[in-house]
Amino acid sequence: MIKSVMVMNTQGKPRLAKFYDFQPVEKQQELIRSVFGVLCGRADNVSNFVEADSIFGPGTRLVYKHFATLYFVFVFDSSENELAMLDLIQVFVETLDKCFKNVCELDIVYNYSKLHTILDEIIFGGQVLETSSIEVIKAVEEISKLESASNAIALVSKSVSGWRSR
Amino acid sequence: MGSQGGFGQSKEFLDLVKSIGEARSKAEEDRIVLNEIETLKRRISEPDIPKRKMKEYIIRLVYVEMLGHDASFGYIHAVKMTHDDNLVLKRTGYLAVTLFLNEDHDLIILIVNTIQKDLKSDNYLIVCAALNAVCKLINEETIPAVLPQVVELLGHSKEAVRRKAIMALHRFYQKSPSSVQHLVSNFRKRLCDNDPGVMGATLCPLFDLITVDVNSYKDLVISFVSILKQVAERRLPKSYDYHQMPAPFIQIRLLKILALLGSGDKQASENMYTVVGDIFRKCDSSSNIGNAVLYECICCVSSIYANPKLIESAADVIARFLKSDSHNLKYMGIDALGRLIKTSPEIAEQHQLAVIDCLEDPDDTLKRKTFELLYKMTKSSNVEVIVDRMIDYMISINDNHYKTEIASRCVELAEQFAPSNHWFIQTMNKVFEHAGDLVNIKVAHNLMRLIAEGFGEDDDNADSQLRSSAVESYLRIIGEPKLPSVFLQVICWVLGEYGTADGKFSASYITGKLCDVAEAYSNDETVKAYAITALMKISAFEIAAGRKVDMLPECQSLIEELSASHSTDLQQRAYELEAVIGLDAYAVEIIMPADASCEDIEIDKNLSFLSGYVEQALEKGAQPYIPENERSGMLSVSNFRSQDQHEASIHGLRFEAYELPKPSVPSRPPVSLASATELAPVPEPSYPRVTQNVASVPSVSSTDPSDLRLRLDGVQKKWGRPTYTPSETSTSTSTSEKTVNGVTKVDAARDTIYSKVRDTTYDSRKPDAEIPLEKQKLAASLFGGSSKTERRASTTGHRAGKASSHVIEKPQASKASDKTVAEKTIVQPPPDLLDLGEPAVLSRSPSIDPFKQLEGLLDSPQVPSNSNHGAAGANKDSDIIGLHAETAGSGPSSGIVNPVPANKNDLDLLSGLSNSTTDNALGGTPTAHSTQVSKGPNTKDSLEKDALVRQMGVTPTSQNPNLFKDLLG
Repeated sequence: MIKSVMVMNTQGKPRLAKFYDFQPVEKQQELIRSVFGVLCGRADNVSNFVEADSIFGPGTRLVYKHFATLYFVFVFDSSENELAMLDLIQVFVETLDKCFKNVCELDIVYNYSKLHTILDEIIFGGQVLETSSIEVIKAVEEISKLESASNAIALVSKSVSGWRSR
Repeated sequence: MGSQGGFGQSKEFLDLVKSIGEARSKAEEDRIVLNEIETLKRRISEPDIPKRKMKEYIIRLVYVEMLGHDASFGYIHAVKMTHDDNLVLKRTGYLAVTLFLNEDHDLIILIVNTIQKDLKSDNYLIVCAALNAVCKLINEETIPAVLPQVVELLGHSKEAVRRKAIMALHRFYQKSPSSVQHLVSNFRKRLCDNDPGVMGATLCPLFDLITVDVNSYKDLVISFVSILKQVAERRLPKSYDYHQMPAPFIQIRLLKILALLGSGDKQASENMYTVVGDIFRKCDSSSNIGNAVLYECICCVSSIYANPKLIESAADVIARFLKSDSHNLKYMGIDALGRLIKTSPEIAEQHQLAVIDCLEDPDDTLKRKTFELLYKMTKSSNVEVIVDRMIDYMISINDNHYKTEIASRCVELAEQFAPSNHWFIQTMNKVFEHAGDLVNIKVAHNLMRLIAEGFGEDDDNADSQLRSSAVESYLRIIGEPKLPSVFLQVICWVLGEYGTADGKFSASYITGKLCDVAEAYSNDETVKAYAITALMKISAFEIAAGRKVDMLPECQSLIEELSASHSTDLQQRAYELEAVIGLDAYAVEIIMPADASCEDIEIDKNLSFLSGYVEQALEKGAQPYIPENERSGMLSVSNFRSQDQHEASIHGLRFEAYELPKPSVPSRPPVSLASATELAPVPEPSYPRVTQNVASVPSVSSTDPSDLRLRLDGVQKKWGRPTYTPSETSTSTSTSEKTVNGVTKVDAARDTIYSKVRDTTYDSRKPDAEIPLEKQKLAASLFGGSSKTERRASTTGHRAGKASSHVIEKPQASKASDKTVAEKTIVQPPPDLLDLGEPAVLSRSPSIDPFKQLEGLLDSPQVPSNSNHGAAGANKDSDIIGLHAETAGSGPSSGIVNPVPANKNDLDLLSGLSNSTTDNALGGTPTAHSTQVSKGPNTKDSLEKDALVRQMGVTPTSQNPNLFKDLLG
């Protein structure tokens, strides 16, 4: 089972934190901090796996991937396969990339709720739900469509890139 | 797509994010966030907020909470938002509550109703959102409220909904297995769902169910195999491909399930061989996910009933992993190797150099994984190298969690495979020094016991050498600052017991050191208690040796300090020390015999040596003794008669009789009255003493007194004996390898055997890699190569002798105590002790000496029991020595007929072993044989040992007579 998904930047600021077993806010912060502490101490050319039993309890491992300014971290127990989890991160990032066209940290910050929508289509209740980024995007688009159709409220649809180029 | 479709945020939010991003310090960030919280608090409670505004506030709240600030004031608004009919708002509300609330939160009760309604919605997106919330927010109590709806959704027309419904049920199962027990069949049913996605989803709960109860799902083996076959043959729609792999996540799940089902089940396993072999062949090893599937295949192969062909394929894949440049693959390779060596240990040897590379890799994860592998493959032949490496690594890291783990592993390996006791002590010293407070206290007790019992070899020289080397090393270490408490306890005990034994160090020197320890660690009462007891022992040995004891001033002040200590235990010890110093040599010699920590104490709890006296007293009309528990038992029942008796027994303690005996009191009431008055002076002084004895005896035997003393009960004794068989095998392996000679040569031979396809690349790679000599040596020592065999052969041979004599150790110890008993009997014949009424005792010491009574306790019962031990031990010995003679000459002389038929099995095993070693010389697989062989005798050993121990009646607590000494101030 996947216990947690975290996205944080290279300064240790959380960008997304989802725990499939409930953790109180303070504990979440502590976990994020200790994970960051482990990750920032690791060189570039080493493996993507870390045994995390001192942080999350016995048998837990984490897989991380470093993209530009972001760490993507999946924490899971012994019933998952490390290499497969590494690919799941790949799926997640690929999907984000397709959704945001060359995803970068800012996209993730500003589209916080969309990020959760995407993640919920990939991982459901701690189990892998979908591994095809095309299928995920389809589902997310459908949600968006239905939402905007059912939506009488005019949401502020400000383009992030437009804002950034100011 | 950008931020289209309603995911955009307002300018305010973007500004917030930006300013947080630009914050220079944590304090600045906190200030910004707190400001934001204030704003939100104010705004969110305003009336008539537009819905889209509200949605944004909630998102901002989520964001603020992710940054670690409390947003609980807004939870209720998020809950309200879930009630909204608008899809966007509802989804936002659900997202917020799943992130905010835990399943036991008070607000959940407000959501359950909404969830119930939403699960029945026509809009499948609303259903999905509700299912998502169900996974996170429903607890054991609320499961029944939503369960019917979720079960209904298993038949939903949309496959996405069915899939999520299954996963929600899985979640219920995880939270409370009993709540969905009746629905387990649904998972089986859904396995046949038309949609492969739904089928894939059912594999998750089935995996959990099978983990718990394998046998109920054996019937599904065929189905799983055929599903896996179809998946591997690309029968699924193209959309399930991932990086050209057909549904790899489903394959991985299935392989995991098959591994569970095939474990230890030959029939089930045979069904799987073909499909697993197919996957091995078809799998694309260039992609990450392909390797993930291959790794899962290896796990499956190592778990199911062994199949040589599959193991060969698995070994090939492992070789590819280990030779890869990717650290990820190396990591997986090491892990897979650790799994596969359980079934076929010989494959580790092909990869020795790769393993050593991983050990020296800068990547910590890889290093730890490699240590885990080494831990699994430790034998007595490579334990020294492995444990040394582990300790070096342990010293180098700061992570306390891992330090504890690796320290306990070092201890475990050292206890199991220690080649010599000297090495064991050195290793333990290192572990204690660097991780002392992290290891189990039992480890310390084991170490003390080993030093006390020694090698058990025939010559006492080795024992005393071991002890003096321990003493020397401890005196060297003792000055170092901040030693762990546990280690100090060991040091104090050893210094007290053996510090002055070899005469190298003067008593005052050691006394000074001990006082320093007690002073330096004045907060640690346990250490102080150990130190003061050690001081007492040293002074006692000095007095007994007839030397004058000069109290050092610091020692004197320590005694004074401790006499006034708050701890009664420390006080008692201090007073005891003072009292012992005041006694004459003769008395001290008897209460504190030198080097007696291994002697057994037999306790005659019935105090039978007093029975003559008691009878005499009874004849004179004394009241019979009623045990305390009976007395209190009767009192609690509080019937009339017992009360009388109770009162009668109280009379015994009174000096004047002022009550007339009640008529209901049985057995000569007038006499009892008389005894109470007339005989009072006689029983009085003796009675308290008896109670004192009664009180002291249990306290000696139980180790209760605040856990301070050496506690030996339940301590495993792993070194020495149980490992003699592996050592034996290793001797033979190494010698056999010697004949083959040369690491590379051995390797080359094995390569040709094991890797037909690869060995061209492997071999060609090796020579130009120019393996450093050091690495080769390490490889040899880890994997039983030849560079060290000479030395190892000799040490193991030595150890074999040692091990055999270790068995004798017990009888030897008892022989020694026999001797001391004999000596004592010359001075003081046992019959005197047995009967206190005899004039002989009285003639020597006119008043009754309490020590003598205790000697009676100590010595007289020991005489018969010791001789017993000797005899029993001797019998046993001859068996085991015979066995050893057998082993020593294992090669050609395995035909010797052993007189003891019980050893037949061993003989067979051993001759089998010698056969196997001759095979090895011919290029066979040494480790395979040796481990198989070593498994058998090991368990047998422990059984044998257990029997021996029981036969000798060695109860662990009774081995420590100084417990007893301490009580006699």
